[in-house]
Amino acid sequence: MSTKHVDVAAENIPTQQLLNVAGERVPDSELDHYVAKLTESDLADFLRDMVVLRRMDTEATALQRQGQLGLWAPLLGQEAAQIGSVRATRDTDFIFPSYREHGVAWARGVKAEDLLSVWRGAQASGWDPHEVNIACQQIVIGSQALHAAGYGMGIKFDGGDETAIAYFGDGATSQGDVNEAMVFAASYQAPVLFFCQNNQWAISEPVALQSRTQIADRAHGFGLKTWRVDGNDILAVYAATQAALAHCRNGLGPTFIEAVTYRMGSHTTADDPKRYRKDSELEKWRAKDPIDRLVKYLHVIGADVQSYEQRAQNAADELAAQLRAAITAMPDPTVEQMFDNVYAEAHEPSRRARDEYMNYLAGFEGDGR
Amino acid sequence: MATTMLKALNQSLHDALSDDEKVILLGEDIGTLGGVFRVTDGLKSEFGEHRVVDTPLAESGIVGSAIGLAYRGYRPVVEIQFDGFTYPAFDQLVSQLAKLHYRSRGRVKMPVTVRIPYGGGIGSPEHHSESPEAYFAHTAGLRVFAPSSVQDAYTMLRQAIDCDDPVIFFEPKRRYHEKADIDLSTPAKDGSPKAKVVREGEDVTIVGYGPTTYTLLEAALAAEDEGVSLEVIDLRTLDPLDIDTVANSVKHTGKLVVVHEASRTSGVGAEICAQITETCFDYLEHAPLRVTGFDIPYPPSRLESHHLPDLDRVMHAVDTVMRHHEATEGAAK
Repeated sequence: MSTKHVDVAAENIPTQQLLNVAGERVPDSELDHYVAKLTESDLADFLRDMVVLRRMDTEATALQRQGQLGLWAPLLGQEAAQIGSVRATRDTDFIFPSYREHGVAWARGVKAEDLLSVWRGAQASGWDPHEVNIACQQIVIGSQALHAAGYGMGIKFDGGDETAIAYFGDGATSQGDVNEAMVFAASYQAPVLFFCQNNQWAISEPVALQSRTQIADRAHGFGLKTWRVDGNDILAVYAATQAALAHCRNGLGPTFIEAVTYRMGSHTTADDPKRYRKDSELEKWRAKDPIDRLVKYLHVIGADVQSYEQRAQNAADELAAQLRAAITAMPDPTVEQMFDNVYAEAHEPSRRARDEYMNYLAGFEGDGR
Repeated sequence: MATTMLKALNQSLHDALSDDEKVILLGEDIGTLGGVFRVTDGLKSEFGEHRVVDTPLAESGIVGSAIGLAYRGYRPVVEIQFDGFTYPAFDQLVSQLAKLHYRSRGRVKMPVTVRIPYGGGIGSPEHHSESPEAYFAHTAGLRVFAPSSVQDAYTMLRQAIDCDDPVIFFEPKRRYHEKADIDLSTPAKDGSPKAKVVREGEDVTIVGYGPTTYTLLEAALAAEDEGVSLEVIDLRTLDPLDIDTVANSVKHTGKLVVVHEASRTSGVGAEICAQITETCFDYLEHAPLRVTGFDIPYPPSRLESHHLPDLDRVMHAVDTVMRHHEATEGAAK
């Protein structure tokens, strides 16, 4: 089928950009304000974050190929969408991510090896949600959007100034839960940002299979204040996220951002994108690479790009070496842990099942197994 | 003064809202209307629209947003208007609510109570008379409460709300108007109320829960007239399943009949019969029997009296296990 949008509805919401593909600054009367205070040092930090993240992603893919991880969902190409948005949040804003938001969690201080431990199969989640204000990563497509809506309702009901942020992809916009979440957030005017990374593909399905109009236009129909930004432009993503969160914090209701980006890698390490998309498409998007874009801009403003790149590279090398060492040395959880935390309170049948199996295993002790 | 089950549930919610400001009610029509059964009558006007929240018509949305509220530190109590409308929320119940404590390795508690008026017998159209408890009893991470008495409706709802685990709370809607004197004192925190021997007996252990417990008590009276003594057990919770109370009874009666409205195959009765067979095999004098709804979609209401286990079907099962017992006793003589 065609991957082109059919013009059944006017494309009402324009795609905003602050850096064009050549890395030149494009004025935007609305968004300029939100990047005005960014210093060259902030831009260098963005660069470092994206370079480190890309390296973490590459290392994880390699670790999967070497049997150290069961699976990995690469984020290659989505570095600006993730870093730009999360760096615009406050630490008290509560994030509800999908399984691909490695950059969001890492930027909030989650260790790379803790992130990867989940993909190794060593544990079911890699962080304490209440410590980093990020919910457990969600694998069922779109389910977390409702959790963000509910969290946002709670903020509204108890008068907090935080926000709730749901991350999801273009595929998730077809899910009932995402649509219900927008209804709930709009009904209660809850401070929720729905952040959609439209990376063009849901495994093998092009975005046109999910939506015949721009995703942002649909969100607008729910009564959400909506932005559509170039998701490979870290400044535009950062600015739009700032704008959306300010809107939420000002009590003006929920918001939606469609960050138009591209999944340059596979859906997961078990996927083969050559079966469903052309190399030429990938090449087209490679020219829009989010890291290259920022590097070009740093050149445009006359920054000492080489030293920033060197610093970023050093940080990436350090993380990769440390990550590899941690993953290859990571012990398996104990068998008893398999039975832990099914319930928060005492639960007799669970206790019996655990004891029975542990006794069974104990019967083999000394058998040399 | 005698209280109806509806009033007892209303009082329970009222007292929970009063005792803990983090308790919040969510559901369709529960605010201004007071719920289609009036279980939440008057609570919105007393506690406000941010404590008793009318929601859009989306069950997954109701349960999913309750999960988000629990992340925020709330203790949500949601109402699913009718049993058959539970299924749109299935992912949120079994893949999210049930598993978040496990997924988060104990960091995230999900003290969410999901109230579901359930079961048949009120002449309703399709989707208003179902008994979906087995799906949830099968799901690790959920507790499943099914009170039968007016007192338990009050007490167990308080305990469910107080519990740090998610509780699916099945309310026997055709017994909503039953009356009893009840004790409104704050119950002890107890995430797993035990099964209760509601009538002691010698000959047959008969197990039910929710709306069928009344039927079993009627059966016990009828059996008494025939000189048969039934020990009636009200399970009260389907998860955790208090199999010890059932086993202790079967060890002295040697006979078991399990009764529920839900369909038979892979139902709660199957689990009880299996566990009793595993643990009490040498005590059994007859194979455990089940009296249940049939393996059919819930029938049109003009036929529901055939589908629902009634006194006659329960007595037929009792007669079956007793006849065998009498035959073998006779042979021994």
